[in-house]
Amino acid sequence: MTAVHLGLTDVALAAVLVLANAGASIVLRLRLHRQVLWAATRMVVQLLLVGLLLRVVFRLESPAATLLIVLLMVGAAAREVAVRPERRLQQHGNYRIAVAVVGISSVATVVLALMTAIRPDPWYDPRYAIPLMGIVLGSVLNSATLGLDSFFEGVSSRRQTIEARLALGGTMREALGELTRSSIRRGMLPIINQMSAAGIITLPGIMTGQLLAGMDPLEAVKYQILLLFLLTGAGGLASAGAVYLAARAITDSRQRLRTERLEANRVSK
Amino acid sequence: MSQLSVRGLRSAHVGPLDLDIASGECVALMGPSGSGKTLLMRLIADLDAGTGAVLLNGRARETWSAPQWRSQVVYQSAEPAWWAPTVAAHFPPQTLDAMRLLQPLLGLPNATLDADVDRLSTGERQRLALLRSLAREPKVLLLDEPTASLDATSTMAMESFLLKQLDNGLSVLWVTHSQDQARRVAERHYDVIDRRLHAS
Repeated sequence: MTAVHLGLTDVALAAVLVLANAGASIVLRLRLHRQVLWAATRMVVQLLLVGLLLRVVFRLESPAATLLIVLLMVGAAAREVAVRPERRLQQHGNYRIAVAVVGISSVATVVLALMTAIRPDPWYDPRYAIPLMGIVLGSVLNSATLGLDSFFEGVSSRRQTIEARLALGGTMREALGELTRSSIRRGMLPIINQMSAAGIITLPGIMTGQLLAGMDPLEAVKYQILLLFLLTGAGGLASAGAVYLAARAITDSRQRLRTERLEANRVSK
Repeated sequence: MSQLSVRGLRSAHVGPLDLDIASGECVALMGPSGSGKTLLMRLIADLDAGTGAVLLNGRARETWSAPQWRSQVVYQSAEPAWWAPTVAAHFPPQTLDAMRLLQPLLGLPNATLDADVDRLSTGERQRLALLRSLAREPKVLLLDEPTASLDATSTMAMESFLLKQLDNGLSVLWVTHSQDQARRVAERHYDVIDRRLHAS
């Protein structure tokens, strides 16, 4: 397997495209140039830092360092899940749900993959554990956010119909059933779309990377299939987990709907 | 002995309140908008959290599960919400035949119960909401302006229909804005002023 080595000039050449983009924005008065340039700069700095960090961690091969990186990644993803929905629970309820759901669903699937399918030696080898965690977290973040956001949105907009069922002696399970199911489905949509589009409409990023790096197409495909299965499992866990925990948080022991525990999310994104 | 007894019931927004309603009795509740009538009834129905005692025929509310309590003490909102496309889906299936027979007593055309909710007028929906509540065979009905969107004829029909239900032992707490209606349906009247009950 021979990776194509990228020189600095090759990358600089691609950067011309970004500059052209910004130039076009000025000419067409799209007022996007500042954003484009800022995002591009940010991306370069972020990735360089990550590259440097990973180089160090890969060399260390220390379980403690790997664990620390994984925890930081989980924390960052959990924060996004907590902050993105338009409504949030009082007393940091979103954070509690996000940490539990993101942590459990991502760690469980990644550990399963490392112990069974990929089996590096040792199983916590950072070269495998950290990238895998990154991909799974991206998917988990999407699923949990969408599930949580559509559940909270539904509780606010359908409050009257939910309480109408409760007032007539319905159980909270009956009253929230439809909303719970549609919110979990909503969280699962991106991963289902991703699977249906894989190979036909898009070549998934990982596979593209492996092909560019010189890997045999069938080997790359096998990796991609494994990965998409992992993402489906993690996404389902995250979406269902987030919605069920949210449902628990806005109800009480007497099966009342406690919408006063929900407020608009004012944290900057 | 009273069917429903409320003792020192209060939440952060309403109360404390004491109230007794006998079996077969209708009590009228009046007061300006925003005075807390709805909150008070939601509190009795256990839809909002509060402290104090509520008893049904001497048995404390907490000894029932919340759904059991709410099917015996039914709160009917001033703007009843419908969660399914058809009216019939809102009724326990075994009650549908009995409920169809009651339609004409409320001045409803015969097929109304088998219609789609969004084809019905506000007034028709409000009358169907009463049938929907009665289908749970409650012991106490908490009615929040049940005739708000009805014309005079339908209002009279609903009043006499409900008064007939009292003979079966039903207790009713009736929120109304009309002095005349309060006088027609109930002997005991209460005003809600500043979130507390006052006999009038």
